[in-house]
Amino acid sequence: MNEQLKVSSSPHIRDRVTTNNIMLMVVIALLPATFFGIYNFRHENAWVLVVVTTATAVLTEYIYERLMHKPVTIKDCSAVVTGLLLALNLPPTLPVWMGALGSVFAILVVKQLFGGLGQNFMNPALAARCFLLISFTGQMTYFVYDGVTGPTPLAELKAGEAVNSMDMLLGNIRGTIGETSVLAIMVGAMFLLLVGVIDLRIPGTYLLTFVIFITIFGGHGADPQYITAHLCGGGIMLGAWFMATDYVTSPITKSGQIVYGICLGVLTGLFRLFGGSAEGVSYAIIISNLLVPLIEKVTLPKPFGKGGEK
Amino acid sequence: MNKYTERLYNGLVKENPTFVLMLGMCPTLAVTTSAINGIGMGLSTTVVLVLSNMLISMLRKIIPDSVRMPAFIVVVASFVTIVQFLLEGFVPSLYDSLGLYIPLIVVNCIILGRAESYASKNPVLPSMFDGIGMGLGFTVGLTAIGIVRELVGAGKIFNMQILPESYQPITIFILAPGAFFVLACLTALQNIMKKKAIAKGSPDAEKIGCGAGCESCAKKLTCGGSAAEKETVKQTAKSGEEEQE
Repeated sequence: MNEQLKVSSSPHIRDRVTTNNIMLMVVIALLPATFFGIYNFRHENAWVLVVVTTATAVLTEYIYERLMHKPVTIKDCSAVVTGLLLALNLPPTLPVWMGALGSVFAILVVKQLFGGLGQNFMNPALAARCFLLISFTGQMTYFVYDGVTGPTPLAELKAGEAVNSMDMLLGNIRGTIGETSVLAIMVGAMFLLLVGVIDLRIPGTYLLTFVIFITIFGGHGADPQYITAHLCGGGIMLGAWFMATDYVTSPITKSGQIVYGICLGVLTGLFRLFGGSAEGVSYAIIISNLLVPLIEKVTLPKPFGKGGEK
Repeated sequence: MNKYTERLYNGLVKENPTFVLMLGMCPTLAVTTSAINGIGMGLSTTVVLVLSNMLISMLRKIIPDSVRMPAFIVVVASFVTIVQFLLEGFVPSLYDSLGLYIPLIVVNCIILGRAESYASKNPVLPSMFDGIGMGLGFTVGLTAIGIVRELVGAGKIFNMQILPESYQPITIFILAPGAFFVLACLTALQNIMKKKAIAKGSPDAEKIGCGAGCESCAKKLTCGGSAAEKETVKQTAKSGEEEQE
């Protein structure tokens, strides 16, 4: 009888959800957008940039942790996610060393110096994108598709020109490597929703708030063509499904996530409509990242039995 | 080491205003976009600091304790006005690039801090050397930050092309965020050297001050700095007495 009883302390039931698994899911979900981007920008050799950026992110994490005598965490795939997300946020023509520099910045400055995974105060990939955007404005806003240079559809939209929403949905347009095809991004996002890595709360409120903001202030009213173009153009889909939902830099509380989504939507709309450049998703997300501690403080749920009327 | 060189060493290394005391951060972050701006700002501050330290030290027995702050400000502001006119007259290009930050020297924490913690308690000559040391420490700090930012952000040092033309400047370094990156890196570097010196058991390493004043500090029993500060206080008190005699 004794041999059949195994005595151990709690927890007794373990879930299979580990950091490693979640990050692996995110990588898998990013693959459609990545492969589409590599195919879409095959003339610009986008695959080199993707490979180098991702590899540099992993390598930076490895070297830093070895030098600092910390446990090496490259197996949890979080560096792969950061590097890949950064690559998807870069224009395909960017010199490879700039992508590598961005990866080093993301991992070293934004992630490791603040204490590693779980401690970074803003999304490392987006912080690195903004670092590169400020440093190398020319190269970061140089977009090519099929050998033809020009503005992104979003910039054309801002200038008041007509855009083809169907192309924007499929992704046969100029833009950064991973943002062009809404279809490929949605395939990955659906996968993440199905396996339960993300839920609809943040992306849903984000996109809804953004649509409402555009309808009110966009100057075109509820014109479906205009709104679709805004939703399919630029990085809003990639940002809403993959970067705003980052566990580390989004609120834990459910009501906080809704407030966070609203902040994102309003800021993105504000930057796109009234800002100097056509795109504003990355700045909107990193600014909202900074607001997260405040949002969590306000939306902290009260323990049962406390906070009622006396 | 006599008390004058001790003051210089204190300002330049031990209590370097930029890297150790972390005082005067506003000009440190704002004007160090190039090496020449850093050196200009540093030297202007040094001049004001030396003169104000001397004058405040001379007046230290006349200024009533209860109104010392306004009195210090009046002294500092007068010198800043003089320096501002001199810069405008003789180096208009530097004057233009420093802009608003020249009048703001008045409220620089280093100047008020030295007036409050040193010049108002010590005789004229040590105060003057304290001003020179602190001012040069500030200048060295600003110039170091300026050199790194200009080199990385524009490929130049003192407006001379250092890196090859093919170098793609990382513009963020001459913008505001770059100031924070460079300051943090240089401070970290300095802390590493300090740690190594302590590990080696260098006699001076333990005495590195924090500028907070040991009397009221909660860590005075465990920190090595308090013994060192007592020593200097004793020394300066003694020299003060000598001067009175």
